[in-house]
Amino acid sequence: MCVSMLYPVARYISPPEVPEASTQSVVAGREGDLKPNQGKIFRFGEQPGILVRTEDGGYRALSATCTHLNCTVQFRGDLKQIWCACHNGFYDLSGKNVSGPPPRPLEEYKVNVADGEIVVSRA
Amino acid sequence: MNWPKPGRIRDWIEERLELSALEEMGRHKRVPVHRHSIWYYMGGMTLFLFGLQVATGILLLLYYRPSAGEAFESVQFIMTQVPFGWLIRSIHSWSANLLVFVLFVHMFSVFFMKAYRRPREITWFSGVALLALTMAFGFSGYLLPWNTLAFFATQVGTEVAGAVPVVGHFMLKLLRGGEHVTGGTLTRFYGFHVAVLPATATLLLGLHLLLVQKHGMSVPPAIESEAKREGREARTMPFLPNFLLRDLIGWCVAIGILAALAAILPWELGTKADPFAPAPAGIRPEWYFCWMFQTLKLLPGHVLGIEGELIGIFGIGLAGLVWLLVPFLDPGTPGTGGRSRLFSAFGVLAILYMAIMTVWVYVAPGG
Ligand code: HEM
Ligand code: FES
Repeated sequence: MCVSMLYPVARYISPPEVPEASTQSVVAGREGDLKPNQGKIFRFGEQPGILVRTEDGGYRALSATCTHLNCTVQFRGDLKQIWCACHNGFYDLSGKNVSGPPPRPLEEYKVNVADGEIVVSRA
Repeated sequence: MNWPKPGRIRDWIEERLELSALEEMGRHKRVPVHRHSIWYYMGGMTLFLFGLQVATGILLLLYYRPSAGEAFESVQFIMTQVPFGWLIRSIHSWSANLLVFVLFVHMFSVFFMKAYRRPREITWFSGVALLALTMAFGFSGYLLPWNTLAFFATQVGTEVAGAVPVVGHFMLKLLRGGEHVTGGTLTRFYGFHVAVLPATATLLLGLHLLLVQKHGMSVPPAIESEAKREGREARTMPFLPNFLLRDLIGWCVAIGILAALAAILPWELGTKADPFAPAPAGIRPEWYFCWMFQTLKLLPGHVLGIEGELIGIFGIGLAGLVWLLVPFLDPGTPGTGGRSRLFSAFGVLAILYMAIMTVWVYVAPGG
């Protein structure tokens, strides 16, 4: 009796799995959007990614979700590092966690520039 | 037509409700008078502010809309278009903060007065549960305006819950209504904030107050033994009306302070949450979460091979458990008026830790 009443409730409160179309590749911007030593957030499916144009003009793309507690990171041109404002975590431009609380590196994506479009895809 | 005499109306009500029993109870209720009596007002003040939250919260409900597309705009509407909307919302927000502050004062005062000793252990437990519920109120309410600070506070807070071993992922999904913080999370938090938490808090408050009524106010052991040494009865005053009138003065002052705060410093709204914007510099939670926030910030990525955040969560959880079990951990022998100064020192340490961490957040936002 109890079980037959509680079971549906227990199932009801845990949300159904919504299959997330796992995004493999997106256009993160156009060439010329970013100056050297600048970064921006782009949508990688449902999640934020970060695109950085390095000083020598190359591009780096990484997951923008901090591996510590999920805040969205940003590029710090003054330090040439990726910074998470939430608990002062730092990553280098290959996504490696270099200081502060983050325990793991940021996932790195592949960047291809074709016809002026910056295409980011999962490695 | 023949109107019944006033006395007969009273008899009619008395026969059905027996209010004289309540009256009798009220007449007997007395409050001890000694140099620490001021702390007896803190629980009543917390109760008053809770009532104020319920009243202003219900008013906010008339215009608030719990969805990602409309929440921010509806609070903006309350602040700018609805007559006195700014007042109601600012009082709800300021009073929430004052409530948490007074609750802490109440809790630490009963701790230092050792009011948790036999037979008041369950009163203490229900108080700790009310503390947890109040923090949950603050955490869930904070998200409701759907602004940037709230969005990231919820990211971090729910991720902390998710890091708990074994049940973590289940809790994370339960809180977020999915894997990520979305409009679905907002709708859930709204349900917690205006239905689940108020209902649970009302029940617990009922238990808490019933036990206070049953056991009467506790007198600190030091005061008790002093009175015994001097061979006199401890002084008391009637609750009705003497103590209640003093309560009322305090509540009037609180209303005055809140109205002034709302008028001079109306509560801010910030910018609308954007899931694709980075966390802003200088981000921090409400002041009463700051000591945990700073603890998490200070822990490095790994300590002895274990992830720093896990150690932080374990430490905070342990502190909560110790705090809950205070009535059983105090070695001061109950009943004999014995007290352990060492145990009180733990309370002082706890306050110092929380105060230092909190001040740190405010003076060195980057570090
Ligand atoms: C039955 C009781 C309550 C109801 C119906 C209620 C309702 C609401 C509503 C509709 C909002 C969103 C509007 C807004 O953000 O201004 C809100 C916000 C909030 N509530 Fe409550 N509330 C209640 C009790 C409490 C309590 C006990 C606390 C104590 C800690 C609290 C803390 C907050 C906070 C911090 C906010 C965010 C304030 C803001 O930034 O606007 N609430 N509440
Ligand atoms: S969430 Fe990024 S450092 Fe904590």
